[in-house]
Amino acid sequence: MHYQFQFQDVFAAWPLLLQGTWITIRLSLTATVLGLAVAIACAWGKTSGPKWLRFPINAYIELIRNTPFLVQLFFFFFALPALGLRWSAHAAALVAMVVNLGAYATEIIRAGIESIPRGQIEAGLALNLRRHQVFRHIILKPALKAIYPALTSQFILLMLSSAVVSAISADDLTSVAANLQSQTFRSFEIYIVVALIYLALALAFSGLFRLVYRLALNYPDRR
Amino acid sequence: MRTFGFPDFLFILQAAQWTIALSLIAFVGGAIGGLLVALGRTSDNAFARRAATVFVQVFQGTPLLLQLFLIFFGFPVMGIDVNPWVAAGTALVLNTSAFLGEIWRGCIEAIPHGQREAADALGLHYVARMRDVILPQAFKIALAPTVGYMVQVIKGTSLAAIIGFTEVTRAGQIVNNATFQPLIVFSLVAGIYFALCWPLSLLAARMERRQAQALAR
Repeated sequence: MHYQFQFQDVFAAWPLLLQGTWITIRLSLTATVLGLAVAIACAWGKTSGPKWLRFPINAYIELIRNTPFLVQLFFFFFALPALGLRWSAHAAALVAMVVNLGAYATEIIRAGIESIPRGQIEAGLALNLRRHQVFRHIILKPALKAIYPALTSQFILLMLSSAVVSAISADDLTSVAANLQSQTFRSFEIYIVVALIYLALALAFSGLFRLVYRLALNYPDRR
Repeated sequence: MRTFGFPDFLFILQAAQWTIALSLIAFVGGAIGGLLVALGRTSDNAFARRAATVFVQVFQGTPLLLQLFLIFFGFPVMGIDVNPWVAAGTALVLNTSAFLGEIWRGCIEAIPHGQREAADALGLHYVARMRDVILPQAFKIALAPTVGYMVQVIKGTSLAAIIGFTEVTRAGQIVNNATFQPLIVFSLVAGIYFALCWPLSLLAARMERRQAQALAR
């Protein structure tokens, strides 16, 4: 093995890498917020919406969960513009991530809603709590606690799989790495550094989520 | 520019065999690696536990795409010749090992501690204890999530397209570049993945329901 590792080109490009990291974080957070909105609407539709809504929602979930994210991305970036919708790689990437997360999070949220026994809500009402108090203390908090681990690990999975959007050159961290690679030909060094950035992000976010859980959701369960 | 025709359809459909082949390699290799990871994570040996934990953290904490790139660009650095087959196969096997290993660790830990104590009391060694007592019971609960994870493996093989491995997604890209009919092409590609994955998803959900019923009894 006579390879000379040369990291100086990589480190010289730190402002670009930092910017790519920021875009990856921002993209993941935006997609999560919007994706959760989609998921809450779909979970409502599945659990208490009109019957005819259930088929399209189920079709959406099954379609997204059983096809690769990369293909969904290509579909949004290449196929939709063919129908007349023109948009940037960044917008296509964001929409693909929202649609993808929405499908996975729907099932998680539905499980959270169904984890609250009916009797608990009735008990709250019988204790003369107001509707919004029942929602806040009896439904929302325990439901949030029940789905918190699944939801946060879904966020980390989304952030890691967002590396795939570099395939359409959205300007995320992996796209930055691909550009640097074609300028400096230091592929291995660049990808080592970028993989370490992702690892640091994943560990930092999971640490943060654990801290939030300890501070806000750590109370004894009734079970 | 030409229009999308039957030969293109056939080209994409035939590429499905490479998706299936790559998925099988990833799954079989990942099952062997996953067993090692799961045994390492539940081992009494502190070093084995530590090593397995680091392995899992690295492969679950970095994007699969980056793992693919690191192997694709890193093997030549170490003097190993790579083609997309080797790079994609290695990356997917390692990634699958980490995820299956974590799933199976959960299954092994779900076996009541008394089983292990009973095996110890009977004087069984590690190999006999695992092979005859713990793993057969863990296998039963591991089946449904493992089938479910196969869907992730199949979907993961699509990333091999990015390093130039001609499976379904890459075949779709090639045909799209020639015909520029992305709507048909990527619908077909998505349809092939769906046809491969959906039956597995349904099977996994069914197995899960059955198991829940069996436990409720």
